[in-house]
Amino acid sequence: MSAVASVHSLWTVAAGVPGRIPAPKIEYAQLAPTLIVLGAAVVGILIEAFLPRRSRYYSQLLLSVVALAAAFAAVIGLAAGGFGSSKAHLAAMGAIAVDGPALFLQGTILLVSLIAVFTFAERRLDPAAHGRPGDAFAPQPAAIPGGEAERAAEKAGFATTEVFPVLLFAVGGMLVFPAANDLLTLFVALEVFSLPLYVLCALARRQRLLSQESAVKYFLLGAFSSAFLLFGVALLYGYAGTVTYAGIAEVISDGARQVDPALAGTMGNDALLLIGGALVLMGLLFKVGAVPFHMWTPDVYQGAPTPVTGFMAAATKVAAFGALLRLLYVVLPGMRWDWRPVMWGVAILTMLGGAVLAITQTDIKRLLAYSSIAHAGFILAGAIAASADGISSVLFYLAAYSFVTLGAFAVVTLVRDAGGEATHLSKWAGLGRRSPLLAAVFAVFLLAFAGIPLTSGFAGKFAVFKAAAESGGGWLVVVGVISSAIAAFFYIRVIVLMFFSEPKADGPTVAVPSVLTSTAIAVGVAATLVLGVAPQYFLDLAGHAGIFIR
Amino acid sequence: MENLIALLVAAPLVGAALLLCGGTRLDRAGHWIGSLLAVASFAVGVVLFAGMLGRDAGHRALHQHLFSWIPVGGFRADVAFQLDQLSMTFVLLITGVGSLIHIYSIGYMEHDARRRRFFGYLNLFLAAMLLLVLADNYVLLYVGWEGVGLASYLLIGFWQHKPSAATAAKKAFLVNRVGDMGLSIAIMLMFTTFGTFAFGPVLAATGQTSEGKLTAIGLMLLLAACGKSAQVPLQSWLGDAMEGPTPVSALIHAATMVTAGVYLITRSGALFNAAPDAQTAVVAVGAVTLLFGAIVGCAKDDIKKALAGSTMSQIGYMVLAAGLGPVGYAFAIMHLVTHGFFKAGLFLGAGSVMHGMNDEVDMRRYGGLRKYMPVTFVTFGLGYLAIIGFPGLSGFFSKDKIIEAAFARGGTEGWILGGTALLGAAITAFYMTRVMLMTFFGEERWRNAPTPSPDRPSAEPAAETRGEYAPPHPHESPKVMTVPMIVLAVGSVFAGGLFSIGDAFVGWLEPVTSFSHGHSPVSAGVVTAATMVVLVIGVGLAWLMYGRRPVPATAPRGSLLTRAARRDLLQDDFNHVVLVRGGEHLTRTLVYLDHSLVDGAVNGTAAAMGGLSGRLRRLQTGFVRSYAVQMLGGAAVLVAATLLMRGV
Repeated sequence: MSAVASVHSLWTVAAGVPGRIPAPKIEYAQLAPTLIVLGAAVVGILIEAFLPRRSRYYSQLLLSVVALAAAFAAVIGLAAGGFGSSKAHLAAMGAIAVDGPALFLQGTILLVSLIAVFTFAERRLDPAAHGRPGDAFAPQPAAIPGGEAERAAEKAGFATTEVFPVLLFAVGGMLVFPAANDLLTLFVALEVFSLPLYVLCALARRQRLLSQESAVKYFLLGAFSSAFLLFGVALLYGYAGTVTYAGIAEVISDGARQVDPALAGTMGNDALLLIGGALVLMGLLFKVGAVPFHMWTPDVYQGAPTPVTGFMAAATKVAAFGALLRLLYVVLPGMRWDWRPVMWGVAILTMLGGAVLAITQTDIKRLLAYSSIAHAGFILAGAIAASADGISSVLFYLAAYSFVTLGAFAVVTLVRDAGGEATHLSKWAGLGRRSPLLAAVFAVFLLAFAGIPLTSGFAGKFAVFKAAAESGGGWLVVVGVISSAIAAFFYIRVIVLMFFSEPKADGPTVAVPSVLTSTAIAVGVAATLVLGVAPQYFLDLAGHAGIFIR
Repeated sequence: MENLIALLVAAPLVGAALLLCGGTRLDRAGHWIGSLLAVASFAVGVVLFAGMLGRDAGHRALHQHLFSWIPVGGFRADVAFQLDQLSMTFVLLITGVGSLIHIYSIGYMEHDARRRRFFGYLNLFLAAMLLLVLADNYVLLYVGWEGVGLASYLLIGFWQHKPSAATAAKKAFLVNRVGDMGLSIAIMLMFTTFGTFAFGPVLAATGQTSEGKLTAIGLMLLLAACGKSAQVPLQSWLGDAMEGPTPVSALIHAATMVTAGVYLITRSGALFNAAPDAQTAVVAVGAVTLLFGAIVGCAKDDIKKALAGSTMSQIGYMVLAAGLGPVGYAFAIMHLVTHGFFKAGLFLGAGSVMHGMNDEVDMRRYGGLRKYMPVTFVTFGLGYLAIIGFPGLSGFFSKDKIIEAAFARGGTEGWILGGTALLGAAITAFYMTRVMLMTFFGEERWRNAPTPSPDRPSAEPAAETRGEYAPPHPHESPKVMTVPMIVLAVGSVFAGGLFSIGDAFVGWLEPVTSFSHGHSPVSAGVVTAATMVVLVIGVGLAWLMYGRRPVPATAPRGSLLTRAARRDLLQDDFNHVVLVRGGEHLTRTLVYLDHSLVDGAVNGTAAAMGGLSGRLRRLQTGFVRSYAVQMLGGAAVLVAATLLMRGV
């Protein structure tokens, strides 16, 4: 929170009259979810510093779970207090929106993160080394892979319990991201959740070089795209003379009323608006993994520790689409006819590209990465519908998709051989004969990805396609259905592989997880089926939450 | 009063449920329960009839709405009944003749182990048939339509241990499906055209609808009628349906179910009146079938199949009359009722003969039976006189009117139709006299052992293999069988006359079907005289061929026409060549197209997708530098596209 508040006060001070510094008014109660999570992250760092090594794991786990649960309770409290509808307003001097979509997305992110914490904390899968349980993370990430220091750290029983506070920092940023109501807050939130993710990606216990490579790639490309975004912010400021969403929207619709003398040459120049808007959009499209800004996705998803991949795939997508929705619906509705055709193109490329590229993948994590790209395309189709149904369908889809994804990656962590997780598809042959329950659970997730009725994937896909079709995107839906058909091929192929192929003699074993991962998978299956069989309640909930405050 | 209507259907339905679900406990009482419920339904029908007579002609129709069956948006199908004069006529015929045949079956099926089931099916048939004629909309009518189809299937194949019966049941079912498809398409067309399928609104709206649509609906209804009523070109199942027990043939395949097509056309009269082309098709079908059935009837040696040909022919008369419009509707129904009496009586008589002749059906193995079965002879004889149109008996009044109405069509068409009807009457007289002579007169051919013939498998192969022949002992049937025959014979004699006193029947039906007097180019007297002449010619010819000369125990080879008629005028050969072979060719072509075109396209698409995926994959080099370049390019395209959209 401190970062957001300080940036904001700096901004207001700069714009204000010198000598009179008004104290910013901060509605702490309304910002409680974010404050709790970031506060817990700070406490987590202190735990790392002061608690003895052996008690850190349980303290961190407890702290994270309590913090996320408390933050979720705070979101529920805010929603129950009417902040999602009638009392929605802008908190922290207009920097943070507290409204329906923000609360819905924050609630989703918190639930997803809570389950992600369970998968982070799983310590029974990796075979115990030197009598101590191992988790998915390297004992000493700074040590050179395969070097002496690594072995020593392993022997000493180090554990990277920092992942919990790092995760909490990322969650804090993600909570702010979809609620950010000015471009600077948006950028700060982006960095707040991106930097921890870069770090997390580098922490894999197995195949550490791949992991570190993925982190570097993610960092470089992320920084690259942040630069674009920041440049876009600058251009938009030049256009509107302000960075608040409402201010820019006003200039777009009514023209600049008071021209700032310092910006006399640029204000109201549509070229700045169009280029700036496109660059900010590009920064967000990078985060959701839309074509042609998707290249990082498969490499990072493959290299990162699988629990981190699951968390990224689920929570990052929710946060980034939330921010994208707010940008499109609050800042840019006045230029709908400029961005919609372009975004249609992006959505089509994303849907088709993700589906087509996934066909030839041989690694389950890369396959799921391309699948997430295709799903980003489906969500985009709903997001650019420019209607209330578009918002609610995207909210629903995000909630449904994030649980499926998290569950699917949790299953991936269980299928192991001597080298760690067995992610090559050929090793999954005949898994259904050896572990029918696990294969059946994975099949449920795959069917949900494919959008088969009675799973949440169908309800979500139906909702976004309906919204897209009703707002004039009929052919977008046609492309969407075609890509769904292509995508169904590789999902079903995995099912066929698991159930109808002969198991290999040297095939992987399925590790028996602790209650933590089991809970994560069970919640994933339950959410998939409940949202699939009885989606109406949740659709209504998303519908009630679907109004942005301006 | 209207609350009684549901009871008409409910009584036999309860019977069917009891008998089919009740298990072997009801074996001993099953036939009584079934018959009792049939009679109960008849009693309700009589009460309703009395009530109806008590009201003046304009207010006779009753309606009963039970519940909304399928209410979905604008689609609304109700379970609702309509009892008007037309339905009333059918109710009395169905329950009356039905009750008699239930009673007859008690005797006929006495030795059958599955008698309870038989009565269950009969009750099921009654319920479905009543539903068909009482429905107030086409969807509910369709339920009854399918219900009687099911009952017919079950009863034709009742002796399922005989492969021929099983095959015949299947054949009837399949051919009927073709007709049923017509009805379902007609109902769909009605929904798209009128937005409803209740009789009232549909028939009232025919005035404001384009003739093309009405013609389409009418032709589909005609297709349905052809299937159910065994009219050309869907006639082939009726002859084989005689594999069923004889009471079934009498009730379902002579008196009631096969006339459902006539009911459908008459009920939809307003629709056909507004679609003259469809009416012409109806008339053509009727005229062709009446000759077709009659010719087939001349050549059959199997007594039931001869009667089946006759049924086909007589329904042809009814369809012809129904196709003539308001001139003919009333006569079609009148002939339907009188035919119900005499044809049921004839079938029961045939059943009685078979009962006394060890289930022999070949008329060449009969002869001289009048001495042994006097009651059967008299009742069968009265039915015979009625069907050939002997003056004063039922058939005379109804058939004469149809012939007259056919002439009244006017122009060349009128002459052709009238001539056809007259020719049909002559042939009817011929083949019925033939049946009569071969069965009840002449030498007693059953006394001698049958000469084995390759054409005709003997009814008693066991006796033949033993090398000794035990002639049957013809005897009169028990009372429980003869009484229904006597009642039906009374109907055959008097019904037509009764209906014609002061045009009573026409006046009774007029509020429903409307009626107009045709203007015949030939006067009624001339038509009657002509009918008498052709009647005498037909009877005389038959007497010359079968009365004066002894009937050979083995069928002679016969002329080309005779041989064709024995094979039902090659109907099965036609179906085999055109439909079966054609269907096989079509299937093969489709399979080929499926393999080459559809699978080819699918596999080709899959291969293309895989290839595309493999190409695109190469963009994913793993180098951050190339990713960054691609992102830069993407951003440039994004910005350029945005600018282009605005045209800045």
